Amino acid sequence: MLNAIIAAEAAGGAVAASGWFLENAWLVWLFPAVSFLAILLFGKRLPRGGSEIGIAAVGASLVFGLLTAIQWISEVEGAGGDSAEGEYALGKGALAAAADGEASGGVSALTRSITWLTNGAEAIGAGIMIDGLAVMMIFVVTLVSLLVHVYSTDYVAGDRRYTHFFAFLSLFTASMLFFVTASTTLQMLVGWELVGVCSFALIGHWWEEKPNSDAALKAFLTNRVGDMGLIIGVSILFFGAGTFDVIGVNEAALNGSMSHTVTLAGALCLTAAVISKSGQFFLHTWLPDAMAGPTPVSALIHAATMVVAGVFMVARLYGVFFEGYTIGGASINLLALIGGITTLVGATLAFVQNDIKRVLAYSTVSQLGYMVLALGVGAWTAALFHLFTHAFFKACLFLGSGSVSHAVHSFDMKKDMGGLRQAMPHTYRTFMIAAVALAGLPILSGFWSKDEILAGTGGWGLFGGTDANGAYTAMLAMGMITAALTGAYMTRVVYLTFFGEYRGHGTPHESGPRITVPLWILAGLATVAGFINFPAGFQLVPKSWEEKFFHWVEPIGVSYFPAIKHATPSWSLAIVSVVVALAGIGAAYRYYFVRVKAVSPTATELPDGLTARSSLARLGHRILVNKYYLDWLYTTVIVGFVKGPLARAAYWTNQHVIDRVVNEAGTRSVQAGNIVYHKVDQLVVDGIVNSTGKISDSSGEELRRMQTGKVQQYAAIMFIAATILAGIFIIVI
Amino acid sequence: MGDFLNDWGLSIPTFLPIIGAAVMLLIPKDREQLHKLIALATTVAVAVFGVLLLIQFIDNDDYGSLNFVVDKGWIDVIDSRYIMGVDGISLPLILLTMLIVPLCVIYSWNHFPEPRNPKAFLMLLLILETGMIGTFAAQDLILFFVFFEVVLLPMYFMIGVWGGENRRYAAIKFFLFTLFGSALMLVSFLALYFLADPVMVGGELARTFDMRLLPEAAAGIAKSSQVWVFGGMFLGFGIKVPMFPFHTWLPDAHTEAPTVGSVILAAVLLKLGTYGFVRIAIPILPEAAAEWAPFIGLLAVIGIIYGALGCLAQRDLKRLVAFSSVAHMGFVMLGIATLTDFGINAAVFGMVAHGLITGMLFFLAGSVKERYHTLDMSRLGGLLVQAPRMGWILGFCAMASLGLPGLAGFWGEFPAILASYNPAEVLAEETFRSYMVVAALGTVLAAGYLLWMLQKTAFGTPREEFANDASIRDATASEYLAWAPLLILILALGVYPQLLFGATDPAVVNSLNDCLDSVASGACFDAAAGR
Amino acid sequence: MLLNEMLLLGAVLFCIGVYGVLARRNGVLVLMSIELILNAVNINLIAFGAFHHTVIGQIFALFVITVAAAEVGIGLAIVLLLYRNRRSIDLEQVDLMKG
Repeated sequence: MLNAIIAAEAAGGAVAASGWFLENAWLVWLFPAVSFLAILLFGKRLPRGGSEIGIAAVGASLVFGLLTAIQWISEVEGAGGDSAEGEYALGKGALAAAADGEASGGVSALTRSITWLTNGAEAIGAGIMIDGLAVMMIFVVTLVSLLVHVYSTDYVAGDRRYTHFFAFLSLFTASMLFFVTASTTLQMLVGWELVGVCSFALIGHWWEEKPNSDAALKAFLTNRVGDMGLIIGVSILFFGAGTFDVIGVNEAALNGSMSHTVTLAGALCLTAAVISKSGQFFLHTWLPDAMAGPTPVSALIHAATMVVAGVFMVARLYGVFFEGYTIGGASINLLALIGGITTLVGATLAFVQNDIKRVLAYSTVSQLGYMVLALGVGAWTAALFHLFTHAFFKACLFLGSGSVSHAVHSFDMKKDMGGLRQAMPHTYRTFMIAAVALAGLPILSGFWSKDEILAGTGGWGLFGGTDANGAYTAMLAMGMITAALTGAYMTRVVYLTFFGEYRGHGTPHESGPRITVPLWILAGLATVAGFINFPAGFQLVPKSWEEKFFHWVEPIGVSYFPAIKHATPSWSLAIVSVVVALAGIGAAYRYYFVRVKAVSPTATELPDGLTARSSLARLGHRILVNKYYLDWLYTTVIVGFVKGPLARAAYWTNQHVIDRVVNEAGTRSVQAGNIVYHKVDQLVVDGIVNSTGKISDSSGEELRRMQTGKVQQYAAIMFIAATILAGIFIIVI
Repeated sequence: MGDFLNDWGLSIPTFLPIIGAAVMLLIPKDREQLHKLIALATTVAVAVFGVLLLIQFIDNDDYGSLNFVVDKGWIDVIDSRYIMGVDGISLPLILLTMLIVPLCVIYSWNHFPEPRNPKAFLMLLLILETGMIGTFAAQDLILFFVFFEVVLLPMYFMIGVWGGENRRYAAIKFFLFTLFGSALMLVSFLALYFLADPVMVGGELARTFDMRLLPEAAAGIAKSSQVWVFGGMFLGFGIKVPMFPFHTWLPDAHTEAPTVGSVILAAVLLKLGTYGFVRIAIPILPEAAAEWAPFIGLLAVIGIIYGALGCLAQRDLKRLVAFSSVAHMGFVMLGIATLTDFGINAAVFGMVAHGLITGMLFFLAGSVKERYHTLDMSRLGGLLVQAPRMGWILGFCAMASLGLPGLAGFWGEFPAILASYNPAEVLAEETFRSYMVVAALGTVLAAGYLLWMLQKTAFGTPREEFANDASIRDATASEYLAWAPLLILILALGVYPQLLFGATDPAVVNSLNDCLDSVASGACFDAAAGR
Repeated sequence: MLLNEMLLLGAVLFCIGVYGVLARRNGVLVLMSIELILNAVNINLIAFGAFHHTVIGQIFALFVITVAAAEVGIGLAIVLLLYRNRRSIDLEQVDLMKG
């Protein structure tokens, strides 16, 4: 165990990374893991109920993570002084360049492992794999986790299971960090399920009420369905590549030593896991239900970190997915399609929710769809960049909604909120910043990452196009529509929560500093996080500021990462996408801020919908009155249709078809269990056994009648028998 | 020390319990405290021996072959010898036995089931221990059979005397089922004895029951006979496992047995069957094993799904845990059926993990029953409110049982599924891959029933009838003492599986007969014919 | 030789004995009937022994007589105990062995 092997992968022309913090990055998950045990054992006796241990541990991990990140960045910058040029050549020259080894200067991941188990005299390792991706994830997880810890000390103060709450936050952080630093697929499987169980425990935190434990069960079981895919996928890849190592699996997929069929099968199985864990269509239904958990949990687990595990896994095993789905040069594939559908479904469903957290949950579904879409079209960096920015603005939104509910003791926007702008200025401002970031308006972070994804689809053909891995025009369209929808539903949320007049009870107050400070930090990050990856050729900033994220995170010129093409940024696309988002916002703005507000400051929707206007006679007049119905088109038809029938239909489908299937599957299996147990097991299988016994028993019962106890009768029988035997004897002989 | 252990290291712990039982026989029945002390001292002494063995074993650093071998004449007329020995496969199981029995004594310290009588109860427990350790250590078929049967009777009495309402039925069912299997198993052993080639023992050619020599000696048996002989063993071991469709004794026996009986039954007794497959059936008759494997695999996956469905239909907590055993042993059997090193390693890991986890679950069920006087899950609820620590432990064990990575159960399940993707070369890949998918589905169902059980018993608020029951308290000292080692092991093995894989792997690699790889090519036959 | 007559006598005695064993309800009479059966056997043994000019038949007959004596001893003891306990030696009432 002690003879840890330092296996530096010096493949191709790549330089292996090294450095103390990188080599000992396993400490980042060790801190919170120890903290979990410490809180469980001593937490209750401490003055702050164990939260101080958790905060200290996660804080230590954050500091460690930052140092690791710095070391990694210095490695990357040091190794590839002019790697920017090298990879640019890669972008243009594509595969050939990589094959020739021209793209040297990349830094390959640092891996270290110990023997975890042996089988067939071969050691199967467990260890860490530290590269830009891992470092980025460590940073996101520890930072959001720390903020959530601080936030929770106020939010769940006085809770009956305060200590347990922090213990599980620690365990979750540890599991997630274990997952993102894993060097083998087996370890990833372990981390994957551990975060799932933490999510189960935290969703069901208030398990006294049945709906909460139901939601927890649903989350766990839905995930378990996907885990099936993961288990099988990992098995397939293990035998395909002969190893669990992430690097080995990717290399086997890329250099063709694993056949395309096997790679595709592995990718398909893993996709199933992604669908369940990252809330993709059609297994996304658990995610909104998971909002039954405490809000900080929703922010940490169901927005910023755990649900992106699927995205991370695809990114980690990108060689498998890239080869399996033959992403390069195509115009559609399963991964991109799932992402695209999810992003649309999530965005439309977000319209009809009255529970603020559910809106955000559907929004998360939609944004996760974005990331999967990006991975599906080959925009690797864009997907992770979006993961990075999304973590901040979505966590900020969730924590903001928590702050609101802390004040009004409800999550229902229509009944208990409205007009909170004045009462809760900090929450309002941070929420606005994050909402705008989510809507993707410049210059906030969401804009940069969303734009990169749209460019990465390669579907944009105007003004020279974007030249990406393929021509995923359909995906671009889906992304565009979602951009508009996102702006619209966020406008609705903002209006219902912060504008109009207060509809709830009591006087809401702004939350304390332990809630607002994390909000401001996240809002600040939501503003500036996008600057880390200015597009190439963006003339407004110095060239050295461009594409930093890309250089630091994406492995270039290493044997375990496919040679993907990178899209050329397009001003025209950026402008169009902003216009689309603004259109969505504008439409919703007119509906709520102008028309609904005109009805009454406390109103939440228009009293007269589409139904009130149908007569042909008044049509001409109306066209003029209604300014050629553009207004009406924006507000009633588009927003109304999307908000009304379409979303409702989608939601209906969601609740009555998909959810029904899920629920039916549950009830049916219980019924099947009942039938099998009562009919087959108890009657047939057990029946055979018992009837064997019964037959011998009843035959014995018959025979005992002969046993009268009368000696003379016995003697008579004996004589008769003897006579018969004698007769037989005589006749036969 | 090393020499002493090499000569006596196995015999002493095997027979120490029976000596303890004999001592107890001489002491009057009413001196309960003394009886408890003797039983505890004996079992702890055995456990200490176990630790010494472990240390010596690590020191020998030879997991692949038998350690501490004793080979003495026993019944010369039938060439049966007293041969004992341990390797990496049996060591974990022996240690598990040595651990579980003292814990059972501690657990029952203050709550003996009705009709009490600690003397008889503890004596039976001690006799059981001898039988169990002996079975895992025996290297001679007849010796193995004797120990295998020694286990039967104490368990029969334990269920029949200290059991629940329907105990007679359950006890008889258990007894007859197992006896039926053993009879066929004995026939198979005898067939092996007569059919296998004579081997050189002590300079002269003789027939043998020696498990170490039989793999080679049995290679010459015609394949059709091998298949029949394997069939007998399959029934004998399969009933003990229990495999679908021979499992029906298990839920009854578990439901009726006293807590300690259930724990021993789940933790150790079921492993006698799977151990038999790994130790005897497959190494000695690899060709027949290859013929039977698809069939065994099929029954195993049926068992996985069937057990899970059975669980979903239960209202009784203990019966649910019992049915879950059918599913878990299905995973173990699936691992064995793949006939690969990965699968069999997983199987051995699965045996130990199932022993720890299901043993724990039965302990918990017993404690719940003691507090609530019912195991009907529709009446339970809110355990986390009334006995929070017990509730958490139940949650922990449920998670371990559903195969959560990081806890022991995972390493029995996942590698078995993994191995069935790529079974031994002689087996059909397609068949086993479809088994893999079904088994993976079983993990979903497992999560379903265990979480459902957890929701019903631990979550929510207590029912009115129990809400103000002052007698419902959290776990007691003796319970903690009995549970702590199991919980720690579940965690430790889950976090660092090498602890167990390191020991089993060399032995598994050795025991997987070389023949197996060459069955397909027929090289095995040629080698046998050439000799 | 009188073999036929001897065998006939044995057969008649045997039949009387069988009738007595099966039909009489008095325990002592049943025992006596058993004696008759045994003596029928003895006659047969001796007759055949004489017919074949060997003593084996007579030796066997002696054995049978010895065994019969022991049997009657035990039988009478049982009947006596039966009488002590029940004040009757009617075999119809003795059915303790009823299953």
